[in-house]
Amino acid sequence: MTDMDILSALQYAFVKRAIIAGSFIAIVCSLIGVLLVLRRLSLIGDGLAHVTFGSVAVGLLLRQHPLSVAIPIVIVSSIGILKLMKKAKIYGDAAIGIVSSLGIAVGILVASVSGGFNIDLFSFLFGNILSITDTEVYTSIGLSAVVLFMIVFFYNEHLSAAFDEEFARVSGIRTERINMILVMLTGITVVLTMKVVGIMLTSSLLILPAVTALQFSRSFKGTMVISACAAVTSVITGIALSFLLNLPTGATIVLINFMFFAGAFLYRHMTQRGLH
Amino acid sequence: MSGDIITVKHLHFRYNSIEVLSDISFGIQAGDYIGIVGPNGSGKTTLIRLILGLNTPANSTVSIFGKSPAAFTEWYRIGYLPQKLSFLNPYFPATVHEVVSLGLFSKKKFPRRLQKSDQMKIDEALRLMDITDIKNTLIGELSGGQQQRVLVARALVNEPELLILDEPTTAIDPEARDHFYHTLQDLNLRKNVTIILVTHDSATIGKYASKLLYIDKKVIFFGSFDDFCTSEHMTTYFGEFAQHLICHRHD
Repeated sequence: MTDMDILSALQYAFVKRAIIAGSFIAIVCSLIGVLLVLRRLSLIGDGLAHVTFGSVAVGLLLRQHPLSVAIPIVIVSSIGILKLMKKAKIYGDAAIGIVSSLGIAVGILVASVSGGFNIDLFSFLFGNILSITDTEVYTSIGLSAVVLFMIVFFYNEHLSAAFDEEFARVSGIRTERINMILVMLTGITVVLTMKVVGIMLTSSLLILPAVTALQFSRSFKGTMVISACAAVTSVITGIALSFLLNLPTGATIVLINFMFFAGAFLYRHMTQRGLH
Repeated sequence: MSGDIITVKHLHFRYNSIEVLSDISFGIQAGDYIGIVGPNGSGKTTLIRLILGLNTPANSTVSIFGKSPAAFTEWYRIGYLPQKLSFLNPYFPATVHEVVSLGLFSKKKFPRRLQKSDQMKIDEALRLMDITDIKNTLIGELSGGQQQRVLVARALVNEPELLILDEPTTAIDPEARDHFYHTLQDLNLRKNVTIILVTHDSATIGKYASKLLYIDKKVIFFGSFDDFCTSEHMTTYFGEFAQHLICHRHD
């Protein structure tokens, strides 16, 4: 594979579309991921991805675009997880488990009863960003911009609540509102991510860039920047490699992300040993 | 009790049907330096949490600057240091500077952006707690004592009128502890900052606090340290030997 191969890949419109939409989604995933990892809510991405599976099945059954059905359902489910944690006095992982299994159960039931769209459902399970349409690109960019704006706008609130939620409350920050915003943004992000890596691998794009950045970041802001760089690089490299080597795009992106994490982990341990 | 910045009247609080606080009443005036003492499980931290609205009593009997904690919005008037460092995620990627700056957000209107002038306040808080040289270090890389000083700086950075500190010296070495108590006394005397300090260190707090609130699920004593030393509660709760030790040091 040469530089010419990579450049020739960029001549294809569908590759360009994939890189543009993928980069926007990667940035959003990486920033939301840092917040989720630091608040020990990493698995909410997995749980909401399972809900996405159920809502995509419902969308296909109703012959609607899955994205338009999945986003409202996943947002409601993300609020449901928060409410369960607070009102039912159960831990976050249990609340995520309840909503997650409900999503899967609905998906299987709908697919089983209706029949005929299992192939479409499988394409959402494993994702294929190279097949992204113009409309989906615009939707992805638009929604990513909204999520990005909300993260930047509430940056200090997110930092304060992530570091010490009680102190944030005593600082006058309405942490319940911030938590609500965070899970709703996570819901939107998860739905967008299913096109890039598929429902099965959504949480990896939320978690891996964040934990890679945490290996050697020296500030909160730095963590956000490194996480975004790792995510965008992995998506672009993944798209290029999968196109040139005829590999599944989602899995390639996730494996590159894992290699970044492994490299960062080894680098940190080697430098720490060198210091001591 | 007019003029009180904190008023607590007949406060009762139950947690899972267990009575944690019973009929607590007292008032704190501007400029007071109150030491809240009592044995483990006596409800000291719960009382602080109720004052700050982090827990809610069945009946609203707490007022802070004339308002119930739920209705209170002027949080910039208060600096708070929570009890334990256990909440602190050792892998949280925030520098000392970033953590101290969190104390300024209560004064900021949405979207809470820091101004250039805020840098001076952060520098002053870092200097006061003697942590300027570690301002770019990650909080997780510091010792317990250093982390505690960072969190005290976060509470002080906004120049609050009321400072609430829940066991602030537990992780600080004795030398730094004396410096810390002197700093608080200076804030109280020179800047009229009202201080509420929860501590197990009854002997030391007696040297600095103007009043003592001794609780053990209910108020055992509320008044000056001198009055406490001469009261029957002193020997009841600490014994005669301790009375000699604590009150002698105070003299």
